[in-house]
Amino acid sequence: MSKPRARRLRLMAVRTGIPGGVYLALALTGLAVPMLLWTFAALSGADPVFMPGPDKVWMRALAWWDDGLLADAGISTFRVVAGWGLSALIALPLGLLIGSWRAVQALLEPLTDFIRYMPAVAFVPLVMVWVGIDEGAKVAVIFIGTFFQMVLMVAEDVRRVPMAQIEAAQTMGATRWEVVEKVIVPSAKPALLDTLRVTMGWAWTYLVVAELVASSSGLGYAILKAQRFLQTDKIFAGILIIGLIGLLIDQLFRLAHRKAFPWLQGRH
Amino acid sequence: MTDATPAMDIRCEQLWKTYPGAAAPALQAIDLHIQPNEFVVMVGASGCGKSTLLRTMAGLEDFDAGTLTAGGQPVDGPGLDRAMVFQHYSLYPWLSVIDNIKFCRQLKAHTADRTSADVEDAAGRADALLRLMGLTHVAKAYPSQLSGGMQQRVAIARALMSRPPILLMDEPFGALDAQTREVMHDLIQHVHRLERTTIVFVTHDVEEAIYLGDRVVLMAPRPGRIDAIHTVPLPERRTQDMKLSPAFLQLKRQLLDRIRDTSGMKTDLDLLDQLSRSAADVASGATPR
Repeated sequence: MSKPRARRLRLMAVRTGIPGGVYLALALTGLAVPMLLWTFAALSGADPVFMPGPDKVWMRALAWWDDGLLADAGISTFRVVAGWGLSALIALPLGLLIGSWRAVQALLEPLTDFIRYMPAVAFVPLVMVWVGIDEGAKVAVIFIGTFFQMVLMVAEDVRRVPMAQIEAAQTMGATRWEVVEKVIVPSAKPALLDTLRVTMGWAWTYLVVAELVASSSGLGYAILKAQRFLQTDKIFAGILIIGLIGLLIDQLFRLAHRKAFPWLQGRH
Repeated sequence: MTDATPAMDIRCEQLWKTYPGAAAPALQAIDLHIQPNEFVVMVGASGCGKSTLLRTMAGLEDFDAGTLTAGGQPVDGPGLDRAMVFQHYSLYPWLSVIDNIKFCRQLKAHTADRTSADVEDAAGRADALLRLMGLTHVAKAYPSQLSGGMQQRVAIARALMSRPPILLMDEPFGALDAQTREVMHDLIQHVHRLERTTIVFVTHDVEEAIYLGDRVVLMAPRPGRIDAIHTVPLPERRTQDMKLSPAFLQLKRQLLDRIRDTSGMKTDLDLLDQLSRSAADVASGATPR
């Protein structure tokens, strides 16, 4: 009697590993329960405009497939990745400088902190004035929504590199740039990849806002158009598809993390 | 490993340092001359400035006044003549053991005028260090796969790679268990004999200080200062059973008493003593005073 009890307790022990099968079962349960609740809510006679059932959403998604869903998903993914990639291109070196040198931190961090509280949505009209209404405008909105958070997270990742690693290099005669290039960058890499993964998620949340700007394609645009015609099943489909693409990208990042940093294995 | 660089001395004269905003100097008028090839251990209560002094010798900390020279040259920042071993977290987790040891070969300071003979020499040096530190079988492993003791062996090997005349060690065995520490003590003495470096070693463990040091520098806190310098009255080649010799035990007692007297511990101990006495009074039925 005491043995199964001990096993049950271990499943709930703080931060303790659990068997892979149990993990998978729990993950599937976590995804299935909301699906079941949704089905139940739809079947219990709710107004289909208020709560369209999974069957209606599925049918709408199939119709959308014939009507260029792939093209919508493609252009939206392009906009998100472009806005996110552009911000990574600038945030990574800038965050590295902020995290490595106090003078750069003093110069730029308060400014970044200030700007990141500004609502990205409010920049939409300004972006239209400054950038125009082409693809650049959509990319710019996603950039504004992602960049300032990303800089601060990169700087924090860089600051978390243990001082002993840096000082060890200094006592071995490393120059300032050698410390950055041979210690700080490789040491911070896993955390940086995590930051890129998390900010990719934020970039997607700005998609609908970005496609407010004179769009005629894209998942966000489709959701906005469905809203005008009160096609709640299409809104559901659009939101779920964005979620699925996000989940896929997230898993790719995690896979890359495992492949790129084998030396982290066995430490968690 | 016989062509080691001749060891260097370290000389501190009237060295002062006060951290901004601190009430007392971290280092007050430190006078200390460490001979070439000497093994000096600095010991004392926490806050006595032993780590600060070591980090100042390494060039990782500035000082306010006085002179500090290594091999006759003024210390101004870290230098290749002074390698350092840290307590922990100093290894590069993304590099294998052998690549950690050879890390300095990636730096311009070590490879600026490199010849093919140098490269060959470096490979041989790394192999010799692997053997010396008993790391040959884990050369390809990552630090995270090693125990704490093995990780410190890698850190020591990495510091020795460039044949530094001076080796500075900041509580390198402080996080290890007692058995591992004993092994490391004999290992570092072996290294000292073989490599002929000057070693300056910081610890809070009095027994470790006496067992390893030619001289033990006892420091005291607030202000951080040298209280006394003891020459250890033991043969140069130490063995574990010397830890039970009268000379060892006498010096140990002397150092421990002095550390108690110079640190805030004294008042704590008096308080404990008082408490246990009144508890004994209550237990024996006497009226507490």
